Amino acid sequence: MALPEAAQSQPKTILTSTDLQRVVDRIAHQILEKTQGAADTALMGIPTRGGPLARRLADRIRTFEGVDVPVGVLDITLYRDDLRRQATRAIGPTEVPPGGVDGRRVILVDDVLFSGRTVRAALDALSDIGRPRSVQLAVLVDRGHRELPIRADYVGKNIPTALAESVRVALVETDGVDEVKLFGGTQ
Amino acid sequence: MKHLLSAADLDAATATLVLDTAAEMASLAGREVKKLPTLRGRTVVNLFYEDSTRTRISFEAAAKRLSADVINFSAKGSSVSKGESLKDTALTLQAMGADAVVIRHPASGAPHRLATWVEGSVLNAGDGTHEHPTQALLDAYTMRSRLGRLAGLKVAVVGDVLHSRVARSNVALLATLGAKVTLVGPPTLIPVDLRTEVCYDLDSVLSDTDVVMMLRVQRERMNDSYFPSEREYARRYGLDGPRMRKLPEHAIVMHPGPMNRGMEIAPEVADSARSTIVEQVANGVSVRMAVLYLLLGGKS
Amino acid sequence: MNAPHKYLIKGVSVLGRPKTDLLIQDGVVAEGDAKGAEVVDADGLVALPGLVDLHTHLREPGREDAETVESGSRAAALGGYTAVCAMANTSPVADTAGVVEQVYRLGREAGLVDVQPIGAVTVGLAGERLAELGAMATSAAAVRIFSDDGHCVSDPKLMRRALEYVKAFGGVIAQHAEEPRLTEGAQMHEGEVATRLGLTGWPAVAEEAIIARDVLLAEHVGSRLHVCHVSTAGSVEVLRHAKARGVRVTAEVTPHHLLLTDERATSYDPVFKVNPPLRPASDVEALRKALKDGVIDIVATDHAPHAVEDKECEWAYARPGMLGLETALSITLSVLGEDWDLIAERMSRAPARIAGLDGHGHDPVPGAPANLTLVDPAARRVVDPAESASRSRNTPYAGMTLPGRVVATFLRGTPTVLDGKAVK
Repeated sequence: MALPEAAQSQPKTILTSTDLQRVVDRIAHQILEKTQGAADTALMGIPTRGGPLARRLADRIRTFEGVDVPVGVLDITLYRDDLRRQATRAIGPTEVPPGGVDGRRVILVDDVLFSGRTVRAALDALSDIGRPRSVQLAVLVDRGHRELPIRADYVGKNIPTALAESVRVALVETDGVDEVKLFGGTQ
Repeated sequence: MKHLLSAADLDAATATLVLDTAAEMASLAGREVKKLPTLRGRTVVNLFYEDSTRTRISFEAAAKRLSADVINFSAKGSSVSKGESLKDTALTLQAMGADAVVIRHPASGAPHRLATWVEGSVLNAGDGTHEHPTQALLDAYTMRSRLGRLAGLKVAVVGDVLHSRVARSNVALLATLGAKVTLVGPPTLIPVDLRTEVCYDLDSVLSDTDVVMMLRVQRERMNDSYFPSEREYARRYGLDGPRMRKLPEHAIVMHPGPMNRGMEIAPEVADSARSTIVEQVANGVSVRMAVLYLLLGGKS
Repeated sequence: MNAPHKYLIKGVSVLGRPKTDLLIQDGVVAEGDAKGAEVVDADGLVALPGLVDLHTHLREPGREDAETVESGSRAAALGGYTAVCAMANTSPVADTAGVVEQVYRLGREAGLVDVQPIGAVTVGLAGERLAELGAMATSAAAVRIFSDDGHCVSDPKLMRRALEYVKAFGGVIAQHAEEPRLTEGAQMHEGEVATRLGLTGWPAVAEEAIIARDVLLAEHVGSRLHVCHVSTAGSVEVLRHAKARGVRVTAEVTPHHLLLTDERATSYDPVFKVNPPLRPASDVEALRKALKDGVIDIVATDHAPHAVEDKECEWAYARPGMLGLETALSITLSVLGEDWDLIAERMSRAPARIAGLDGHGHDPVPGAPANLTLVDPAARRVVDPAESASRSRNTPYAGMTLPGRVVATFLRGTPTVLDGKAVK
């Protein structure tokens, strides 16, 4: 059902391209700080946009400190708890970071932290790949509304939202542009 | 996709999705924990009216790796051998809450009938002389992973095409995916009107083919005058060393198993580096995982 | 029995001719005083001679769960028939005077159509030795048609002897033309669809070869031959050739072979499994043409009721056969159009002649036996298996809209159907 024009608010830009780069830089610095120079650390992006974010973080870390952090991709489709609620999803690739995850500190990277269910699935998926020493979580945006006891170790930006709103992260690698927008639900 | 009854029902996009999904499933196979939670709480029934340990085990492994509950219902020693009809069996499985039924049956079309009686998904694991769609999918997967593509591949399907459900499924699927199939065998074993190129001379196709798929030839066919003798069959249509050496360097040799060594395929060929026979078995599990996931992994 | 009623059928068109009234009295179409007659309003209806089916399976004795003489008779009357020839493949087989008399008596008791038993050619339909054809001919059932239908009399010597033997009492052999060695395990027409479906093919030549052999045998011994359910274009050509040579051969085609093609098997629903099998469109075309030009003499239903469990199963395990009595006229009408004279010839007069049923096959004009049916050609109906008078439900036409509807049927002046409903 189409809503009256006035009821739909215009999308609001939360992070511009410049903001987004700054936020990524900051997370990279925080990781270096909290992990004593990213020793024994691997980054694993959660598709779709966690992958490129993880690679950007690794790139920044290399720039700042000259450290090569292994990067992987962790597809969580087969671990989701909402499979039966939607049409069958295509499976994405999983790439274990060079050197594996056993005994390492693994930082999961995603674009938006919302209910926490994606992260829950990612933890399950990760434990089937190996046994990390510890697992941390880095997200670009935390929009609240957690349904599980999960919190992020690194947060680019906290954005208070209404449930009906949606946060969309765009990245050059996947969407051709860097920005974060908030799309309004009804008033 | 609700059922997988026939490879002929698959369009190119769906078939490619199955193969891509199978590739992801295969990449998970090397992990320490092979089991995935995806189909937890789902029930898959293997309903086998014919003995086929290899196919049943392959489906069972696939379902179990996806954490589905698997019930094996073999026709022998069950109510089925006491004359229970397929329809009554279907209603029983329905009442047991089967989310999917994998059926192997000697009558062509039995999976189609079953699909009209159960609410869950039906997977055809071989019906009579009709189809064996997951075999065709795993064959296509094997060709793609060995040769890098399917479109434009020249595939010779050799042997008893008339009675082969593997051949029917392969012909349909390969055509959909853009490969060029030639059927090779004695005229008595090549069905009419399969709308595919036919050649009665194996030697003339070998030098220009990418894949040779050898079909199992049942010795009983000889008694029904489809060919005069085993020896003559092997001479005219068996793949032996000298014939294998006529193939282009990159060409592969496939066989759906079980093989009659010395009849349609010489041991030298079956055990050669060109042979994909063992790979086909491994790929079977990945492909069946993909199919189960695509049928059961979403909203039903 | 009550005194026979008098009926006045008002405003009916006999075989498409101008409207008239028909007085039915004392079992005949009469002329004279219509006073006191029960009036049947037949405005817009066409009167045909009561239809005669040369090929009906009534299943009794043996499979009364699928059909009985009575239920089959009722279906026949509703289809416009006044006589049916009951095939011999019952259990026990109608290969003795005792069984044919039993069927004959059951038909009389039902009293809805004349049931004329067909006798088996060979003992137990086994194709090995002749049944007592003469005993059946001289029995109360007065059998004239002999058939192993369901099986082919494939042994050429036995077929020759049968053809010769029945000349003694004016009999005819109705052959189920199917060379059994060419149809071992056959499930459907051998062709593109069978190949695609992985069902063993029933090649056209298995029928054509037997018909060719049999017309030569019939010619050789100077006997009459009737060919059941002709299903292929090639068979039509063989028959055309034989008739041109003067061979005494007649042939039937079923409604389903005039309408349905082998594509129906794609559903694997055994309601479309029949023997001989449904054929491709080119054969259907040839059969239609042959029916029009007379190479095929008659439409016969091959009404073959089957219990649910024999059809709700895998295709290969299902029994072949379909219902036909209640839909045959509609399908013939859709194939031949409203050429009532031709319909009467193909569905009543010619089958009555072949079967030697003297009381049937007469146009409903004064002086003729009052075996007739009234058809509403303008009616359209959707076939609903649940409505069938047969005990079985295996109609292949479920959900199809067919033209024409039988409104009334009279057997020797007594209505068996009125207002489209069976009287008893």
